[in-house]
Amino acid sequence: MMGRTIFIDPGRCIGCQACVSACRECDSHRGKSMIHLDYTDEGHSVASLPTVCMHCEDPVAPCAEVCPADAILVTADGVVQQADTTRCIGCANCVNACPFGVPKIDLQAKLQMKCNLCYDRTAYGLAPMCATVCPTGALFYGTVEELQAERPGVQVADTFVFGETEVRTGVAMVVPAERVQWPVPGGLPVVEINGKDVRR
Amino acid sequence: MTARPRAAADRRTFIPLDPSLAPPGARAFRDAGGIPADQWHADQNGETLVPTHCCFCGVQCGMYLRVDRGGKVFGVEPRNHDINRMRLCPKGINAYQQVNHPDRLTSPLMRRSREEEFREVSWDEALDFTVSEVERIQQAHGKDAFGLLGGASLFSEKTYLVGKFARVALKTRHVDYNGRLCMVSAAGANKLAFGIDRAGNPFSDILLTDCLLIAGSNVGECFPVMTQYVWGARDRGASLIVIDPRETAIARTADIHVALKPGTDSAFFTSVLHVVIEEGLTDENFLAAHATGWEEVKAKAAEYPPSRAAAICGVPAEQIVQVARAFARAPRAMAWHARGIEHHSQGVENCLSVINLCTATGHIGRPGAGYGTLTGQGNGQGGREHGQKSDLLPGGRSIANEEHRRQICEIWGIEETELPPAGTSMMEMVWQMQRREIRGLIGICNNPFVSLPNYRVVKEGYDAIEFHAQFDFFLSETAANAHVVFPVTTWAEDEGVMANAEARVVKHNKAQDPPPGVRTDTWVMCELARRLGAGDKFDFPDSRSVFDELRVASAGTVNDYYGITYERLEETGGIAWPCPSTDHPGTPRLFEDGKTSHPDGKIHLQAVAWHPPMDPYDDDHPMSLTTGRTVAHFLSGNQTRRLGALVEQTPRPWVEIHPSHGFCNGEPVRVVTRRGSEVFPALVTEAIRPDTVFVPYHWPVPTAANALTIDALDPRSKIPEYKVCACRVEHAERIDEVPAPPVAPGHVAYPQTQVSRTDPLPPTAPQGRGTSERS
Repeated sequence: MMGRTIFIDPGRCIGCQACVSACRECDSHRGKSMIHLDYTDEGHSVASLPTVCMHCEDPVAPCAEVCPADAILVTADGVVQQADTTRCIGCANCVNACPFGVPKIDLQAKLQMKCNLCYDRTAYGLAPMCATVCPTGALFYGTVEELQAERPGVQVADTFVFGETEVRTGVAMVVPAERVQWPVPGGLPVVEINGKDVRR
Repeated sequence: MTARPRAAADRRTFIPLDPSLAPPGARAFRDAGGIPADQWHADQNGETLVPTHCCFCGVQCGMYLRVDRGGKVFGVEPRNHDINRMRLCPKGINAYQQVNHPDRLTSPLMRRSREEEFREVSWDEALDFTVSEVERIQQAHGKDAFGLLGGASLFSEKTYLVGKFARVALKTRHVDYNGRLCMVSAAGANKLAFGIDRAGNPFSDILLTDCLLIAGSNVGECFPVMTQYVWGARDRGASLIVIDPRETAIARTADIHVALKPGTDSAFFTSVLHVVIEEGLTDENFLAAHATGWEEVKAKAAEYPPSRAAAICGVPAEQIVQVARAFARAPRAMAWHARGIEHHSQGVENCLSVINLCTATGHIGRPGAGYGTLTGQGNGQGGREHGQKSDLLPGGRSIANEEHRRQICEIWGIEETELPPAGTSMMEMVWQMQRREIRGLIGICNNPFVSLPNYRVVKEGYDAIEFHAQFDFFLSETAANAHVVFPVTTWAEDEGVMANAEARVVKHNKAQDPPPGVRTDTWVMCELARRLGAGDKFDFPDSRSVFDELRVASAGTVNDYYGITYERLEETGGIAWPCPSTDHPGTPRLFEDGKTSHPDGKIHLQAVAWHPPMDPYDDDHPMSLTTGRTVAHFLSGNQTRRLGALVEQTPRPWVEIHPSHGFCNGEPVRVVTRRGSEVFPALVTEAIRPDTVFVPYHWPVPTAANALTIDALDPRSKIPEYKVCACRVEHAERIDEVPAPPVAPGHVAYPQTQVSRTDPLPPTAPQGRGTSERS
């Protein structure tokens, strides 16, 4: 995980979508929100989960890896940038490659849209819009030490597993204390591709 | 959710708490205020940041409005104010979009009868017509035949003017305001018990408590930014108890969630008190020193053993015992409540039953221990203090008290015989309009066609009056039914103060000039007064001059604002009243010396007996209908139903219903009460009691929850019983469609904001549609 980054704590999320509205206010993509907010327990409870770009670290962000135009750059601080508008061809390879379902394609502009951790704000010491406004701290911006100083005993994970693939991320997630040693299950394993059983 | 380890005592030693840094979570954040915008904003507008506060709820979060070089508000930036520490909710983030919205009214609208269309007229024509109608009605039917209804989203200066305008210019007894639908039960209980009407403790005290009890408040949706205090307390080891028929976002992770039946709150709290007494957990020293009426309360509590309350409330008896032990054994405990227990025909009693519990356990007036009410409107606290309520004069004075009347007449420069007596409450005024006792009305900053209960009666009342004028910046459903509509400013186009739920007075600053054709409410009231012949009493060029009179008018009263000035507010970021002198720091926490504002300094406990809600259950109406808010919308929705992002988040109302009734999600369900029936899409969820359905109330007919609710009032506070009435649910063919918000003639409701309004589906969850469920 990066030094100063976003921590997501779905347990605190109240599903208010302040993050979604705040993201829309960012000058570089006004009117368009990059945040995903899902109500994950529909019909049972009001539980909710915000998703920002996880800024994958290892081996290199899958979106950047598959980009045929080399449009997605990773800066030295570990931030996976939005596709460079002068290079992006809107092919949506990144959309398909992202294990977290983060990038979107602006169909009119034929360009990718993705969270860049509010690079314009963080470069000036301001927190990203979503984490700045989040009423509960479900999106927290800072270092893990700052997080743990305010929330004693809190544990975070930055390794997610999809089938047999592990992904380390720059953004971390608050997890139950007893689960911290294991990677977080990121999704269901892929069992079939084009009719072919890919389970070994 | 996973169980969180409980080690309260150990944790506290590790976390030093500096209230000046409270709440936590953002202390490493930098405030954008000091950074020149052209260095970091992609959009080069030559912008400036104007520090102000949100226009919406009673938390009153600080925010900056972004103003471009042309002097127009075009955006928002979080502000590191100590109420909210940069946090904002989706309403606050989108609030700025109202200011230069295409639906804004920019010219007075007028018509001589409701059959005509509105036409745009000059200010002179609209003002002269209004004054001639006031004079005609008052000459024919007496002064009291004309009424005035104010609102609690107005700055305190304007609420002061509403009261003065009614008594001095209109000379009518009939003035009231929409806080009657909001805060009056809490106000009534506070006055009875403490002799002072405000929350006892500041928000930051929540961080110091060991046990936080939240009754009838969906904090996560109605006061989202307060949630950080709730979590701040929990991070320090506090336990959380939530009393709510629905499993709301904060109830979902609470240590104890009591999902009681709507309308049974006082039975529950009196039974909790019963257990506290039985188990010897009362603070007898505190009671002996600081309370009266304890013996009566104790005798009444004896009638409510947990077995009886469990049957009334529909909760396990063990839960009542659990709550009693958690609350009474905590070294410091706090109770906060909102409309959930106040919107009842026994609203005052419900609040009193919470006060009884806090007092009996000695949890009053200490850091981290106390009692508070969460005001719904931005100025829900300030709006009730300075005389727009039918029975109150400025400074919380009583209009029935000879001494108080004399003081105010002296300040206003009128004869005591000229000052009218107390009037009636908002709903009662509507009944008087039906009976033609009130024949003319001016409404300022309210929308009763959506916000009052039993819409049919409200429409009949308003249709019966001969003349109706309304002040607003968007054409509300109520204004669309009026004869004259005055286009007035938004909060960003004038300065003034509001008092938040902590009774902290904060200053709103002017960020831009009003659009051409728009005037401040202050100007319109003063201009009407001048034309009514009371111009010498209404010589107020701006808010500041009104505030100076308000300070004087409140000096020496319980609600003392004398020491609060605009300059001090700008320096300090807010001062809690009472503040009697300009070197007084304000009073964030009450009762620290154990003294209330009653002459004997005691807490006057009141015995409370529960009674069933006013709308009886029968075979045709076996279930409870309860109403409330959703996070993306505010009150009558006249503001938020026009903002694209909020409409997109929650386009329409729904009926929340338990799966045991056999409906599918999205299926049309007819909700039938004795007042009417409407069809909503079902949001089927286990997060509500099986005997209860919920409908949010922000929309107008034919999708108005308030076409179904009952206009039964609390006999003391006159608050309507919004939170419980008897209903049944039926299968239906098709859902009722949400109408577009009204606009001035020749306009259509700003189409970009209305795209998702006709979506027939319920939202994914009560908080709105998930981002993947949107087109």
